[in-house]
Amino acid sequence: MRKIFFGLFSLTVVVLSALPVQRANAAEVNVYSAREENLIKPLLDRFSEETGIRVNLITAGADELTTRMELEGANSPADVLLTVDVGRLWRAKEAGLLQSVDSDVLSSQVPSQYRDSDNQWFAASLRSRVIVYDKERVDPAELSTYEALADPKWRGDICVRSSSNIYNQSLVASLISHKGQDATQDWANDLVENFARSPQGGDRDQIAAVAIGQCQLALVNTYYFAGMINSTIEGQREQASRVAVFWPNQEGRGAHINISGAAVARYAPNREEAVQLIEYLVSDEAQEWYAETNNEYPVREGVPVSETLASWGAFKADDLALEQLGIHNAEAVRLMDRAGWR
Amino acid sequence: MIRPQSIRATLYGYRPTNLRARHIILIGILLLCLLLSTPILTVFSSIGQDSEGAWQHLADTLLWSYIGQSLMLMLGVGLLVLLIGVAPAWLVTMTRFPGSRLLEWALVLPLAMPAYIIAYTYTGMLDVTGPVQGFIRDTFDLRFGDYWFPSIRSSGGAMAMLALVLYPYVYLLSRTAFLEQSVCVLEVSRTLGASPWRAFTRVAVPLARPAIFAGLSLVLMETLADYGTVQYFGLSTFTTGIFRTWFGMGSAPAAAQLSAVLLIFIFCLVVGEQWSRSRSRYHHTSSKYSQLPRPRLRGWKCWAAMLYCGLPVLLGFLIPFLQLAWWAWDTRDLVDFSNFGELMMNSLKLAFIAALIALCLGLLISYAKRLYSGLTMRSAFRVLGLGYAVPGTVIAVGVLIPFTWLDNRVDAWMQAQFGISTGLLLSGSLSAVIFAYVVRFLPVSMNTIDAGLGKIKPTMDDAGRSMGMGAGQILRRIHVPMLRTSLLTATLLVFVDVLKELPATLILRPFNFNTLAIRTYELANQERLTEAAASALMIVLAGIIPVILISLSISSSRPGNALKKREET
Repeated sequence: MRKIFFGLFSLTVVVLSALPVQRANAAEVNVYSAREENLIKPLLDRFSEETGIRVNLITAGADELTTRMELEGANSPADVLLTVDVGRLWRAKEAGLLQSVDSDVLSSQVPSQYRDSDNQWFAASLRSRVIVYDKERVDPAELSTYEALADPKWRGDICVRSSSNIYNQSLVASLISHKGQDATQDWANDLVENFARSPQGGDRDQIAAVAIGQCQLALVNTYYFAGMINSTIEGQREQASRVAVFWPNQEGRGAHINISGAAVARYAPNREEAVQLIEYLVSDEAQEWYAETNNEYPVREGVPVSETLASWGAFKADDLALEQLGIHNAEAVRLMDRAGWR
Repeated sequence: MIRPQSIRATLYGYRPTNLRARHIILIGILLLCLLLSTPILTVFSSIGQDSEGAWQHLADTLLWSYIGQSLMLMLGVGLLVLLIGVAPAWLVTMTRFPGSRLLEWALVLPLAMPAYIIAYTYTGMLDVTGPVQGFIRDTFDLRFGDYWFPSIRSSGGAMAMLALVLYPYVYLLSRTAFLEQSVCVLEVSRTLGASPWRAFTRVAVPLARPAIFAGLSLVLMETLADYGTVQYFGLSTFTTGIFRTWFGMGSAPAAAQLSAVLLIFIFCLVVGEQWSRSRSRYHHTSSKYSQLPRPRLRGWKCWAAMLYCGLPVLLGFLIPFLQLAWWAWDTRDLVDFSNFGELMMNSLKLAFIAALIALCLGLLISYAKRLYSGLTMRSAFRVLGLGYAVPGTVIAVGVLIPFTWLDNRVDAWMQAQFGISTGLLLSGSLSAVIFAYVVRFLPVSMNTIDAGLGKIKPTMDDAGRSMGMGAGQILRRIHVPMLRTSLLTATLLVFVDVLKELPATLILRPFNFNTLAIRTYELANQERLTEAAASALMIVLAGIIPVILISLSISSSRPGNALKKREET
């Protein structure tokens, strides 16, 4: 009997210790971040140092985080939502999870196409989805636009990752927005015909596949390629050296742009600190950090980019209002399903 | 016909008060089961919702491919684990060959290796861009496409990866069964002229069938619930379909309905197996346990046995382990080791708490099923058993829905009554994480304990009763001591499973709380596989000790052993 009592007692202690502890009311801000810990924590630590505001962090996929916010409702502790694509920010806004922010700093520093029309979210950094090609076998003069990738001359030459990936969904959403649904469907059908292999792996895998000659072209995000060029692993640097960037649609609308962004949660208990944090994310210091650490493009004019990005030169960016990517996201997924883009 | 139950009732005289107490306990236990199955029932309750055409779209495009691919995967993994799980268990239990002692426990080691990590590792080695194919190209001066090499990122690759880390379930449970079989039965089969092979296939395996199937069903459920591997390999299975529908198309109802289809599917599988052996009983009829004969294998048989039993360990553990170690060493300057201690402690703490709770609940519920063998209790047992087949993310949302609902209700009530906001009490705390673990991994502990209980003859209970013991006393003084091995195995299996768990932890955890699995995933997600190796290696190392303990405890579990020891002293 005593043993059972002891067992129950220790179990209770264990369960109680798992319950939350109420913290003292020092200035703090709660961040739900889809950006992984090692890519945001150093920045948040600097913010804490400078302002004395303690930052509490949870990282997970954006969809998981917004689902959690939605269920937590008015009692959600979330102040700031960080995502690494615009589609999820748009969806969070649609679900009524965000609030408008009236900040002079943000309105003046973030160009209007990189923030929400109701000021519910703001870009913190930019990335483009570009074509990379095999330097040995492809003459860049043959390349022009995303649309031209569907040309039968590239049959069996293109590598791209799964359509479950948000960056592919956003790219297709931008095409729907520019070209209409039918034209995009035709394009996707033809593009799938040109795949060198069934979609697999991440963006770095596509670059590596170009490097070893499994395909000649690939669609990838800029920071992945820049990351491989600057990798500490020799094999990755070697593979990256066989591949070059091509900026698509420079004669026309410009290269497709996606963002990492931030928003204030609708029921944010620490609203002021939340705005302060987002303002910090577009400050010179933070913008330079993004550029240097993860090879992303700063959202503000005049902030220097990393050496690798500078070597690729300036490019013309698509100035499509980014919320269009969110609006057409679900349609993009269905369209790719129909095209057989796995 | 007189039911044995009623005979017992007349013999030992259940009094009406006893009956009432029995009912109250039964209701209590059923309520507990209901509480534990809320996440699963939440998924089921979505069936009636309107998916706004998403379901139609699925049926038009990918649904059949999801079903086909998942079935293929289950079939492949199922066959492979039977192939590399059952026979090695027999060989190391019943024969001796060089290394058999070592392999006895080494065969369990792949259990410490999470499926997504072994997938990353082998892909890193064998993919077109990896060192193996690079070596082939350099050595023979070939270009890509000039030579044939199997693609690791294929359904075949996924089957191999999953089978390599999941076969230990089948190995463990069938080994336990072989150890517990009375040699008499086997000797009888030999005197009747059966060859050793026939004794294995016609006597030992059929007798071990409940155990083998228990292991197999765990493997198949884990296969269905797997997301990391299939997603990484770009396969269209049920799980990838659920997430694509949910997140890509933004249709939560259609995603939940897909999950419900998945659950119904598993349910049929489990019920079908139950039904197919409904008339057979598997407890031991003899309590004579002589020393296992364990003949020494010679010649080619010896070599074949070494190869057959060594290969799963080599492929499922040694090679990926060494590769991870190599990568970890290679990236030692890049990896931030500063909070590894904390990550490790968090992982171990969660695993320990969840394993203990799953043990207590598993024992309680399995015993209740033995006591109250009615349909209600058996159904409750089956529904709870489904948790293991549900992807962690789905379970996590199934936990969030009722928890946040309750929290918000309590908050509203406290606001109205006392003007105090309690905020979120349960959701967003570690208790939500642990609850999710228990729901997901309880089937592991329930099945293990249930299999153990099934081997204890009902006459044991009757004997206890005739001596005036109550149900609680029988459990404590008869079953628990006899179940020691099963209980330990159940605890350690859950422990290792929690160490490896990722999605539920990711979604439900409180602020500023990370585990080794999360660190590994985040780096791998940024396509920095080599940098992820250090934390992956830590997960494996943390899992090795409990895994070895499981193995050792099973070796000493042969019923005759205890008797022999007692005689010696």
